[in-house]
Amino acid sequence: MEFIFSIAILLGFTFLGELLHVLLPLPIPAAIYGLLLLFLALNFKLVSVKKVKKTAGFFISIMSILFVAPVVNLMDSWQIVADNIIQIIVIVVLSTIIVFAISGNVTKLMLKGKESKNE
Amino acid sequence: MNEILSQTSLFAIFLTLCAFELGRWLQKKTKLSVLNPILTSAIMIIVFLLITGVDNSVYQEGAKTFSWMLTPATVCLAVPLYEEVQILKKNIPAIIAGVAAGTVSSLGFIALMSWLMELDHSLYVSLLPKSITSAMAVVLSEQMGGLASITTMIIVVTGILGSVLGPIFCKIFRLNDDISAGVAYGTSAHVIGTSKAAQISELMGAVSSLSLVVAGILTALIFPLFV
Repeated sequence: MEFIFSIAILLGFTFLGELLHVLLPLPIPAAIYGLLLLFLALNFKLVSVKKVKKTAGFFISIMSILFVAPVVNLMDSWQIVADNIIQIIVIVVLSTIIVFAISGNVTKLMLKGKESKNE
Repeated sequence: MNEILSQTSLFAIFLTLCAFELGRWLQKKTKLSVLNPILTSAIMIIVFLLITGVDNSVYQEGAKTFSWMLTPATVCLAVPLYEEVQILKKNIPAIIAGVAAGTVSSLGFIALMSWLMELDHSLYVSLLPKSITSAMAVVLSEQMGGLASITTMIIVVTGILGSVLGPIFCKIFRLNDDISAGVAYGTSAHVIGTSKAAQISELMGAVSSLSLVVAGILTALIFPLFV
């Protein structure tokens, strides 16, 4: 029964997220609203982590399978990829390197700044 | 064949689960990050559909059954996020600053390159969320007129790239502490990068996992400015 209760909680927050997505005029996906609400509820101890952890872990673990069908769909939109393959490769490779370098180094600088302040 | 199989959605679900398990087994056996099960299983299914002559549309119709789980699965990321925030409390400002810088530079760079190379708008929107986890990216891309299939493929390729080359990048960019490296993995290569980071150290995995969720949220919030 605990399983059902936790599913109800998690789907309840998903539903709240979808409700906000429909009601508020912002281009924010329902999942983001739901995620933030659940995070706040956990933070303020309205929901106990123990109760939902197992079920949340299950949902997260199956996430990868949900993307197989969209990739199979490439069968039908392959032409767009093939026509722009060089541009796509350039963007994907360069932007991955740039994001890796910038995000890591900004954090490193911030951590260093904090250390020297403490000294 | 198409007519019989279009009567049952279980065909697509069964096929997907079998292919995915086979893909996972393949990666485990070969220990190659390049053989990501999402990619290998999709290739297996495409080959299967081509050989048997079953239409992709029949397969997609059945596989739709899966798609409702995407939103709750994303909402569930709040649970590990909560746990990681408890562990990483002291370092939250540094982590968020790194993720924010990475997210803005990712969107900015892709916008600039797409403009320079005169990419088609729908392709541009499909590429834009490439560094975040598919669950959020696909929704964003579709909402703004991108193609879910291209977005998903690019995301998986980005993830593989980040996780395979990550250790080399860490050396080149001198990211020698677990927190900075974790931010780099999570912000650039989402879930796939995170699984690599978690192999290196538990702390790096936790930081990466926190970063990927923050990157996703930030991207969702500023995405409309770039479209």
